[in-house]
Amino acid sequence: MSDLKITRRSAFEGLHPIQVEGSVTVAPTPYATRFSFRGDAKAASACSKGFGVLLPNDLLKAESDQGRTAISLGPDEWLLIAPDGEVESLEAAIAKALGDQHQSLVDISHRNTAFTVSGLKAETLLASGCLLDLHISAFPVGMATRTIYSKADIILWRTAPDTFHVELWRSFVPFVWGLLEEAAHEV
Amino acid sequence: MSLTLRATRAGRVDRTKPLTFTFDGKTYRGFEGDTLASALLANGVHLMGRSFKYHRPRGVVTAGSDEPNALVSIGTGARHTPNLRAPQVELYDGLVAQSQNRWPSLSFDVGAINNVLSPLFVAGFYYKTFMWPNVAWKKLYEPIIRRAAGLGTASNEADPDHYSTRFPHCDVLVIGSGPAGLSAALAAARTGARVILCDEQSEFGGSLLSELHATIDGKPAAQWVADSVAELKVHASRVTILPRTQAFGYFAQNFIGLVERVTDHLAKPDPKLPRDRLWQVRAKQVVIATGAHERPMVFPDNDRPGIMLADAARTYANRYGVRPGGRAVVATAHDSAYQAALDLKAAGVSIELIADLRKEANGPLPMAARAAGIRVETGMAITGSTGHLRVSAALVSKLGTDGEEAIPCDLILMCGGWTPSVHLFSQSRGKLKFDETRQVFIPGESVQAERSAGACKGSESLMQAFDDGFAAGLDAAAKAGFSKGTKVTVKLAGVIDAHGGYLGAVPHPHDAGRVKAFVDFQNDVTAKDIKLATREGMRSIEHVKRYTTTGMATDQGKLSNMNALAIAAEALGKSIPAVGLTTFRQPYTPISFGAMANHSRGELFDPVRKTPTHAWAEAQGAVFEDVGLWKRAWYFPKAGEDMHQAVLRECKTVRDSAGVFDASTLGKIEVVGPDAAEFMNLLYTNPWSKLEVGRCRYGLMLNEAGFVMDDGVVGRIAQDRFHVTTTTGGAPRVLNHMEDYLQTEFPHLKVALTSTTEQYAVVAVQGPNARKIIAPLIEGIDISNEAMPHMSVRLGKICGVPTRLFRMSFTGELGFEVNVPADYGQAVWEAIWAEAQKYEACAYGTETMHVLRAEKGYIIVGQETDGTVTPNDLGLDWAIGKAKPDFVGKRSLIRPDLVKADRKQLVGLLTVDPQKVLEEGAQITLVGNPPAGTSALGHVTSSYQSAVLGRSFALAIVAAGRARMGETLYVPMPDGPIAVTVTDPVFYDKEGAKLHV
Repeated sequence: MSDLKITRRSAFEGLHPIQVEGSVTVAPTPYATRFSFRGDAKAASACSKGFGVLLPNDLLKAESDQGRTAISLGPDEWLLIAPDGEVESLEAAIAKALGDQHQSLVDISHRNTAFTVSGLKAETLLASGCLLDLHISAFPVGMATRTIYSKADIILWRTAPDTFHVELWRSFVPFVWGLLEEAAHEV
Repeated sequence: MSLTLRATRAGRVDRTKPLTFTFDGKTYRGFEGDTLASALLANGVHLMGRSFKYHRPRGVVTAGSDEPNALVSIGTGARHTPNLRAPQVELYDGLVAQSQNRWPSLSFDVGAINNVLSPLFVAGFYYKTFMWPNVAWKKLYEPIIRRAAGLGTASNEADPDHYSTRFPHCDVLVIGSGPAGLSAALAAARTGARVILCDEQSEFGGSLLSELHATIDGKPAAQWVADSVAELKVHASRVTILPRTQAFGYFAQNFIGLVERVTDHLAKPDPKLPRDRLWQVRAKQVVIATGAHERPMVFPDNDRPGIMLADAARTYANRYGVRPGGRAVVATAHDSAYQAALDLKAAGVSIELIADLRKEANGPLPMAARAAGIRVETGMAITGSTGHLRVSAALVSKLGTDGEEAIPCDLILMCGGWTPSVHLFSQSRGKLKFDETRQVFIPGESVQAERSAGACKGSESLMQAFDDGFAAGLDAAAKAGFSKGTKVTVKLAGVIDAHGGYLGAVPHPHDAGRVKAFVDFQNDVTAKDIKLATREGMRSIEHVKRYTTTGMATDQGKLSNMNALAIAAEALGKSIPAVGLTTFRQPYTPISFGAMANHSRGELFDPVRKTPTHAWAEAQGAVFEDVGLWKRAWYFPKAGEDMHQAVLRECKTVRDSAGVFDASTLGKIEVVGPDAAEFMNLLYTNPWSKLEVGRCRYGLMLNEAGFVMDDGVVGRIAQDRFHVTTTTGGAPRVLNHMEDYLQTEFPHLKVALTSTTEQYAVVAVQGPNARKIIAPLIEGIDISNEAMPHMSVRLGKICGVPTRLFRMSFTGELGFEVNVPADYGQAVWEAIWAEAQKYEACAYGTETMHVLRAEKGYIIVGQETDGTVTPNDLGLDWAIGKAKPDFVGKRSLIRPDLVKADRKQLVGLLTVDPQKVLEEGAQITLVGNPPAGTSALGHVTSSYQSAVLGRSFALAIVAAGRARMGETLYVPMPDGPIAVTVTDPVFYDKEGAKLHV
């Protein structure tokens, strides 16, 4: 029964850290609560109250506050990220805030996982597989988008001038990590 | 040979860094800064290769990437790389080079017999000579031709190097770093734009590196280049400068492919560095500054070693400090060769004669040559050469006379003029236009955001190149949004402009049918071949090109196209533009497959997706199979078991006790919203409105044509929430299909789709003991048969983590599928496994799953179906909601062809011999030995040995199969037909009693 010791295993288990001194570091982020929220602007505005962060109306935007982030991925789609262990409480809070408005809130805390790429060469390293223009003038802090890294779908979010947050499905981690490891040798 | 051909001071090589290298096993010396070609010339070696078809001795003709003759192999073993251009190969200590296309040696080559037999090898000889007998083409001629053709050989070993790629963006990409390119880069960089400057050579500067006399802003040209590059380097954060980088392709929307040769020039490269780096650049604006190619003159025997382009010789002398010969004859139709003659004379080469094809040559350069005491003859053609492994004399004739004068020499310099390098412009889909005055094709209307500058757009003077470059750089930056640039220019002194040019074959007094005047050196195409092609009916240059192969070598006719075109135009009596120009294709120069594949090799070729319990299965010795990108446990052999034994044991264990199976890869889609049930009604054949919360249903999905495209069990989690499962391989396709219909056909429905495939790890526990195994671990769910019947779903906890617990079965036994958050998958699996062992249950893989479901007659989409199978064909009419007004595929189901009685239907097959296992995919016929051409009645879709049946069995689709129960049919095989009896497709527990325990 619940006295069983159940271990959580990260999708990053067994991977070597990627760190090039003074240049770039790739590191898994802590476990987090994640939802895919789908709804119209009115529902999003109601959801903001339950979630505690304003769901941005502008596309490709991330809003963060107190460890919570809402990323707009489409006209009716947001990725919500909160600290680990808040699935049930947030589900309840958002449901309450929404009342009977149409929405879709789906727990994807384990489907997605994430790592950060940081350092002077973060842009260069990501450019090994990401086709977008990552220059700060084209991809400023607070911008986020769904895109690809090589053959894997990712969500890319710039959290600081030299730091990117990369979300992806857990089974694509070894592939993306392997490519980053290879590319890190020559950034 | 000693280094006496090397000047003591001139050139850019570093004489303090001597290097040793070998060519065909012989050791030579050179300096850092040399190319293989310059170093060999410094050692007196002109003979660097044998020609493609006739095996004629050939020397280096150019000093750049357009080299057609001096193609060599570099390196040994796995790093042996064929067909590299000697003027592009940078020398390093220990370099091992070999000549190609010769046997037994470069100076004595048996293949040269082809030169004597050349009347057999005229244009189009493949099509004429190897016609008969028909069968000989495949068996005899093609293998021989393939062996004879091609130059170097590739290594058979795996490539030990690695390659990388990068996707940079910039405001302005400048291709080429000669005077125009460098000016463009400077002008653009000064505006604050992000600039990439690339050049195929090891050093920036292009033609300026061979320029001895010009001063730019009062500085020697080389100094101006160095200062300019230094200025660009100051802005390293936004200006990227890439030497040794070939822009090889101009694609749509200003996407340009560059290949950087990172380590080829290093004796001991850092193993961490890639050999090549592919830069896939997206540029807002592009400046093409790729210069021009000097044209050879087409005269008889114009291919002997020691005959080279005039400006190439000038480059060897000025840039590398090499004297390419002692006594030279210059054959020209352009003033620029006079500059070469003057520079070579200054380097100590005796210029015996300048034979100018033009009637007059009174420009400043010809006058300067005359003033320097060089014999200049105008109206004089070069009409031949003598010599074998090195030219020994030039033959010249006054135009309109038959007399020929032989002038002894060891070097012939030729210059037919300059051809703008419009390759990249043309690749960008820009339209070329023909400049009648100068007889060149130049860039016309642009299609993409690019502009050309300098010689590649036909500019003829150095000053014009600078002006073009600065203007192009400013314009490109401004159009990219950087308008702060100011007009720049340079003060140029010491250069004399050159003009002229000639296209086509040089007139000569010889029998045109008996001489070889080469147009395309690399593919051994002569003027005679091109005329023959026009006589044989080729009208367009595209036809002439394919018939003669002119311009089809890896150099893409950089030197030959214009001469070939002029010869064809003259023969056809048409103008050059009327004959047309061939298409310029990527890549501009050959690039390695490694660069194109870059990281996509080995483990990283494609994503390998592993389930959360993969490590456990691996530790248990599971054998895996690939399903889409996923690795799935196929079977779990115990010591000494083969696959057959393992699967029989697993099957028996599941039926007798229980088995645990990883079903995590099944696609999962959460369908949520007030209209979720209505959406499901439209996308699946089944009715969903009345499905209660907490219950499941088998769902069948059709495409618009009425054919089965996917299936899976769907659970209703809440009134507005369905947990849909799909096949493993179908998951992305089904989600796309759903999204497509939702967005285009049913946008009024309030419903959203979210993939949850990877949110859950799924542990299937199947078998009579399944309930007992999970019972101790479950909290908050009554899993008794009464409280949780077959095809139901409950939310609760297992081992303390939340679960969506499904009661369902793909084996025909009592079964549960435990969905838990993926990161807990392995821990929950291990807990279940611990319980399972108490009942001697097993872990089983996909093969056992396949057998068990087949025993129950459950289909697998993609195995029993092939995109042409309807629900009725499969006996699945019960899954169609007859009362529903519509669903995708509904209307198609009543098409006459889909209701025909003789459609192929799902049946079971039992072999007469119970131990015989049919081959999947085998055809089924009415008689054992049908005559050839008989159509099959159907085919075997699944076939296994069954533990529980104690015999083999199969599923098949057979025409009018359901009307054939009990009939004997045949499966013809190479070793004789196999008799089979048609049966019901359900072999085990027909009434389904075992599901409901």
